[in-house]
Amino acid sequence: MRNEQVPSAFSLDKVRKLAYSTPQYGYMTAVLPSPATASTRPTLRTALWKVAEAVATPVLPADYLDLIAPLRSGADLRGRVISVVPETLDAASVTIKPGRGWRGHVPGQYIRIGVDVDGVRNWRAYSVTSRADARDGLISITVKAIPGGKVSNHVVRALRPGTLIHLDQATGDFTMTQPAPARALFVTAGSGVTPVMGMLRNHLDELNDAVVVHSAPAEADVIFAGELRELHQSGRVRLVERHTDVDGIVTPESLDELVPDWRFRQTWACGPTAMLDAFEAAWADAGIADRLHTERFRPVVVAEGEGGTVTFLGQGTVVEADGATPILDAGEEAGVLMPSGCRMGICFGCVLPLREGAVRDLRNGELTVATPGDGVRIQTCVSAAAGACEIDL
Amino acid sequence: MTATTEVFDLTIDGSAAGTPRAPQRTKSLDTRLSVVATERRHSPKPSGKPDPAGHLSAEEIEALGLELDALRQEVLDSRGASDAAYIRKVLKWQRGLELGSRAVLLFSLFPPAWFVGTAGLSVAKILENMELGHNIMHGQWDWMRDPRIHSQEWEWDNASPSEFWKHSHNQLHHTFTNVIGRDNDLGYGIMRVDEDQKWVPSYLGQPLYNFLNAVFFEYGIAAYDLELGAYLKGRGKSKEEFRRDASKVLRKIGRQARKDYLLHPLLSGPSFFHTLGANFVANTVRNLWTNSVIMCGHFPEGVETFAKTSIEGETRGEWYLRQMLGSANISGSKAMHLMTGNLSHQIEHHLFPDLPSNRYGEIAPRIQEICQRYGLTYTTGPLPKQVASAWKQVVVLSLPNPQPGRTRVGIAAEAVGKRVRRKLRRGAPRTA
Repeated sequence: MRNEQVPSAFSLDKVRKLAYSTPQYGYMTAVLPSPATASTRPTLRTALWKVAEAVATPVLPADYLDLIAPLRSGADLRGRVISVVPETLDAASVTIKPGRGWRGHVPGQYIRIGVDVDGVRNWRAYSVTSRADARDGLISITVKAIPGGKVSNHVVRALRPGTLIHLDQATGDFTMTQPAPARALFVTAGSGVTPVMGMLRNHLDELNDAVVVHSAPAEADVIFAGELRELHQSGRVRLVERHTDVDGIVTPESLDELVPDWRFRQTWACGPTAMLDAFEAAWADAGIADRLHTERFRPVVVAEGEGGTVTFLGQGTVVEADGATPILDAGEEAGVLMPSGCRMGICFGCVLPLREGAVRDLRNGELTVATPGDGVRIQTCVSAAAGACEIDL
Repeated sequence: MTATTEVFDLTIDGSAAGTPRAPQRTKSLDTRLSVVATERRHSPKPSGKPDPAGHLSAEEIEALGLELDALRQEVLDSRGASDAAYIRKVLKWQRGLELGSRAVLLFSLFPPAWFVGTAGLSVAKILENMELGHNIMHGQWDWMRDPRIHSQEWEWDNASPSEFWKHSHNQLHHTFTNVIGRDNDLGYGIMRVDEDQKWVPSYLGQPLYNFLNAVFFEYGIAAYDLELGAYLKGRGKSKEEFRRDASKVLRKIGRQARKDYLLHPLLSGPSFFHTLGANFVANTVRNLWTNSVIMCGHFPEGVETFAKTSIEGETRGEWYLRQMLGSANISGSKAMHLMTGNLSHQIEHHLFPDLPSNRYGEIAPRIQEICQRYGLTYTTGPLPKQVASAWKQVVVLSLPNPQPGRTRVGIAAEAVGKRVRRKLRRGAPRTA
């Protein structure tokens, strides 16, 4: 809140250049502002912003503007949910109107969304499935509810149009090669079809020979079934639809039969870790590792236990702590300079970011789990390691 | 990294080289992390007042601790979207009210605009300090993981920087509540609000100090959080540390003053002085209100204090007990609770300082029932009564405790006379 800064002239320019040179826009012969205006305008803007900050102190002008225009340019990136449309019984596509700061995406990339579930903000990554040049500027993601998944179940079953969610810019390198390959193969399983759908919807015209091998447990579970079959029927792609409950999973060996020329195709694979591991090994054995692109969606699996290795990132100190010792005490005993306070969990003077890992509240045994980017902060005086954890200090 | 490896590889065979082992514990954990009580302790105070919880056994205090732990857990388990919606709603209304009031004050030359704007801004400033600032900085809303409503990020509309306030309030006051000599909130170092605090003649002026402190409360808090008094007496911070902290406080005061007493008046153009006055009034109203509410928290009659030695080895059950006996509530309407930032539920807040403030009212009847069951006083009353009671303490305790055959005034007069004579004697050679 206090660390937000005025975009400087430099960063504004950088953003502009990036926007113009991203592949989906192609190279535009844009008329960039002349040096004179470029140097005076941001200065005036900066000065005005400084005044606005002095007027709004101790909060920021943004804190007021957010009440009126949360999607304005310059705001933290947010998006408004426009619609939530079911794809299967446990998957839904969410259309989002991103804020003005949205810089676009390359098909196949993913975004992180921050959704409040039971009042708590949770961040998760999902592939963008919409067209990069959509006229309405809307983006969409497709989410499959995984058993016990807090965010995915909320998105599929409880997220309502109109809700404001938080976004990160698109990222990831699971994208189409430029130029598109003469022969392409997409191997997907479950919701692994989402980044591939993003590529197909955008790059179909560039692909003359594309095969999609898509697996799902049963026919009812096939996300984008209608759209994929339509593409198959119209001859745009060759679809190999597998229902693993009866057909079994797709292995590299089974590819010889399904797509005999797989070795000669640029391949994009997205699915469970075991499947991707097997594919990477097979492609490496065939000496064509460079023809395989994989996207791994790691489910949030944090090893839980009693005690664990605590890493204090900034200091490079690593300690082994048991499940009954507060991280504050463990750190201090190892000579780490820790912020501290009441030592009984009431003053919040010892709060530090838990970058990754699991900790247990010594007062009630409650578990807190974090993955990078979650922005989870913990009270170190009442939290003990519950597995390996990394503390940002 | 290398240093810690040398120090902490304690395994015989060196198998853990590189992974130092910490839990070779040199000191035991904070006793307040456990409710398990083994013995009953009481340290008498100079007044010889009986132990207000003397009728409870160690087991009963442990049971009380467990019961309160369970109540806290119940609230934690039901904390969710509606609580998040509550604080966001307050935030939205507060910001809207502040913005609206300041907009009206742009035309403060017109008396109706001045009155409406000043009233609105006063309320907005009170809400910002009480229901938002105080409670957010307590970490009551950290669980939402919203960086904009977080104890580590919030900066409040007050002269004292949040960083210092959190230290003196959250850590010192809330941990050592009402422990004489440990909790500086007991009279803020300038007043005597309990008969077990030692009397010195300078306390004679405390009704005046308290009035001035109330009028300029935010600056009083800033000086207090900076630990100015201790520094001037040669105790406390090092010169270097004090200078660094003092410049932070001055910068904050400067930013606050520039906003209220320069920029907003300038924006008002011809209404410059009217807006300046309005902002001063709003700040003063906020000062008087917050000071009154805060006085009601621990100063009224019926609130217990504790000897320094009484908290050695204190368990969580005993800590809970001290919070209940050391705090006082204010009864009133929903609007009153909101305007006090739910500090009207001071007892509930002191038991569970990090529970969302909107839940205190809900658990208050149950805390009252627990107090009754354990034979503990639950001090509460309407605002005027509690303010009067707190002020009465401030006035009465400005005088020393009466002794058999000697009145408060008599002892005070004697002490002052003694001091004056000593001053005169010491002054005599210099003038001669």
